[in-house]
Amino acid sequence: MAVRVQEMAFDISAEIEALCDGQPGIGAVATFIGKVRQSAGDTPLASLSLEHYPGMTEDELTRIEADASARFNLSASCIIHRIGTLLPGDDIVLVITAAPHRHNAIAAVDFLMDYLKSRAPFWKKETTVDGPGHWVDARTSDADALARWQKTDP
Amino acid sequence: MPSSASHPDEVPMTNPGTHLITIRYFAWVREKIGRAEEQVALPDGVTTIADVIAWQQQRGPHFASAFAEPTAIRAALDRIHVKPDAKIGTAREIGFFPPMTGG
Repeated sequence: MAVRVQEMAFDISAEIEALCDGQPGIGAVATFIGKVRQSAGDTPLASLSLEHYPGMTEDELTRIEADASARFNLSASCIIHRIGTLLPGDDIVLVITAAPHRHNAIAAVDFLMDYLKSRAPFWKKETTVDGPGHWVDARTSDADALARWQKTDP
Repeated sequence: MPSSASHPDEVPMTNPGTHLITIRYFAWVREKIGRAEEQVALPDGVTTIADVIAWQQQRGPHFASAFAEPTAIRAALDRIHVKPDAKIGTAREIGFFPPMTGG
């Protein structure tokens, strides 16, 4: 289990290898990478800044990861989220889950991303090529996605 | 709780037993207020997150602007998400921020 908040880029291959090392029961690994889009609406994006709440972010990600691990009986998992100034095409977030079989690994990635988007204290500010930066609005669809899991909570 | 003497940057308080708390601001809440963090003594009667927001609205134009739409503000108490009716109690830190947009 691992949670990291960092400015530097990540290497998905190295992370998968580290996660599976010494875990012979793993039969499935699922991953998700979130990336910076090339544009905001019709306007090309110059950069994306990510702010977070130091301390709370790590705590919240750890809670989310523990929930996923228990709920999907994961063998291992990893969440890496970048902060600072990123460029179009850069990676933002990496989620890796490992389990004996694929269904739990795949569902856990979906669950982790839904929770991360609504609960982890990160904020994105987009700067377009022709204007000042603006804070990205939260999407109501993200809250709806979270409610989907809560309906099936035991 | 520490006495007011241990916080020399604070305006002297009439009540040295008052609960000092750190308030941290993020994203556009931080930009509108013009600071990331401050230590404050909450007035008597300010006991919940909703009370703190109502009090913040009275603290000048920057605060009024940042807290103009309370439903657009999220809060954390000692770094745990809470709802507006949450009691401040003996918490040491409040965070105010917009809905989250990570991922």
